[in-house]
Parts: sequence; structure tokens; C-alpha cells
Amino acid sequence: METLLIILLLLMIAGAIYALEAKDLLSAVVSFGIVGFGLVICFLLLQAPDLAIVQVVVEVLVLVIMIAVIINTTREEIKEKIPRSTYIYYILGFIFVVGFIYLFAVSIQGLSEFGKHSTRMATEYIKNGAVKTGSMNLVSGVVLDFRGYDTLGEITILFTAVVGILTILRLKGRKHE
Amino acid sequence: MTIIVKKITQIIAGPIFLYGLYIVAQGHLSPGGGFAAGSFIAGAFILLVLAYGDKLRHLKTEEFESSLIETLGILFFIITALGALLLSIRLGFIPVFFKNFLTKGIPGNLFSAGIIPLLNIAVGMEVGGALFTIFLEFVIRSSKEGK
Repeated sequence: METLLIILLLLMIAGAIYALEAKDLLSAVVSFGIVGFGLVICFLLLQAPDLAIVQVVVEVLVLVIMIAVIINTTREEIKEKIPRSTYIYYILGFIFVVGFIYLFAVSIQGLSEFGKHSTRMATEYIKNGAVKTGSMNLVSGVVLDFRGYDTLGEITILFTAVVGILTILRLKGRKHE
Repeated sequence: MTIIVKKITQIIAGPIFLYGLYIVAQGHLSPGGGFAAGSFIAGAFILLVLAYGDKLRHLKTEEFESSLIETLGILFFIITALGALLLSIRLGFIPVFFKNFLTKGIPGNLFSAGIIPLLNIAVGMEVGGALFTIFLEFVIRSSKEGK
């Protein structure tokens, strides 16, 4: 299964890079979809159907909305002239990437193996979660009972986002009239 | 959109909406829950708006109902949590915010897990309302500026 995951992740990385580099915005959005749906397959392979359901719906909605935006506005990327001195930035970026990979390789030394967790908290949740919350779906039990404050914060963030978007759009619309 | 898209949307939007309701009702039993269900419900309405976009010009300037649902969702969530705090004092538990004060029931039954189904419904209302409000607001703005 790990090789399958690695192939999927490589495909997702390729899709993300193509989405950055594509001149046509529609093909950029479509290749961005590779990332999302690859993530769905990863979640299913890792036996996380909760996340997979949310991811597939959100991915479809985001793709549909972005394609609608592109059809209504423009398909061409704004052309920018690349200045001559960009090779300094390439070198800096290369050094940063190498350093990041080195630090990442150092920092994952102490982690446990893939698929084996050793966290005491999670073991406790898995053992006693169903008894303590009465919920068969352990994810719901954790999200809405043990971690209720987190969910409150999440939906407050969503509420704040909606209020902000409504404020900005309606202000602009009223000025326009 | 063409007639094919419209007919398929007519057939399929209802089942998508019902599946969202099913997921939110079974959120404490099977995979899913409030977030997934809210996205499904919002997706059904977004599909309708996308397919019938031409005929939806009579949308009002400021659609009120979807943001009302969204606000009611977050209010319901906070009221349930606060009510758990207050009622757990009366019922003799240790007073905790988000106290699961109802009876747990048998795990696996539809009416079980105390307040978790209620909170699931609140989260579903919030997420569905929020996604649909954002989408609708962009649609209304763009159609007004297009005129």
C-alpha cells in the first residue's frame, strides 16, 4: 500500500506543479483537481471515510465554482515580464529546498513507523470513546464531545468568513448603484 | 445550460439533498457528520442555481433565508452547549460546557449518544447555510454587474 500511496503523492505533486505553470487557467484548475481527488483516494486507502466524504464534496464544489469564475472572467494568465536577475531567486530557492529537506529528514528520525502510532491520548480515545460518548462513529464522538471547543471555533470561523464576505460584497454593491 | 443538464439536475438534486439529511441524521453512527452533510445540502442547491442560472434572475438583491439558517445553526450550537452547562448543574453533574447530559442510550441506535446528534444537526445547518450564502452572494453580485 505504501508504494501505491507514493505513486499517488507523486501524481499529486506533478498536478500541483502543472497547475502553477500552466498558461491556460482552465487546465490549471483541472490539474488542480488531480490534487484534490488524489487526496480522496489517499484518505480511502488510509481508511478514513469521514475525511474522504468531506474532501470529495468540497473538491467538487470548489472545482465547479472555480470553473464558473474562469468561464465568466478570463482564461488567460496575466503576462508578466520576468526580470533578468531572477537567477538569484532560483539559487536562493534551491538552497532553501535543500535545507528544508535536510531538516525534514532530521526531524522525522524520532517518529514511529508508518501506520504505527504510540500516542497515549489517541489510544485512550479509541478504547473508551464509544462507551464514554455513546457514539458509534468515533470521529463524531471526538469532534463533538471530547473536542467540542474545537468545533465551536471552526463554525465560528465559518460564520465570521460569511459575515466578512457579505459585508465586503454588499458595501461594494451599494456604492455601485 | 442545455436541456440535458436541466433534466439531470431535476432528477438528481432531490436525492443529493436527501442523502445530506441522511448523513446528518446518521452522523453518530456511520461515517460522515455535520460538515459532510452541510456540504451535500449546499451542493444540491448550488447545482440547481448553476443549472437554472438563466431563470434565476428574480433572485432578490439580498437573499435572507440562507444566512438566517446559518445564523440559527451557530445559535443552536451555542445554546445546546450553554444549556448543557446549566442543566448539568440542575441534574447534579459536574457543570461542564458541552456536558453530554442526556442519556447515552444503546450505542448503535438512532436515538443514542446524548447531545451529539443535536450538535451534528447544528453544524450541518451552519456549514450548509454558510457555503450556500457565499455562493449565492457571488452569483447575485455577478448577475447584477452583468446587467
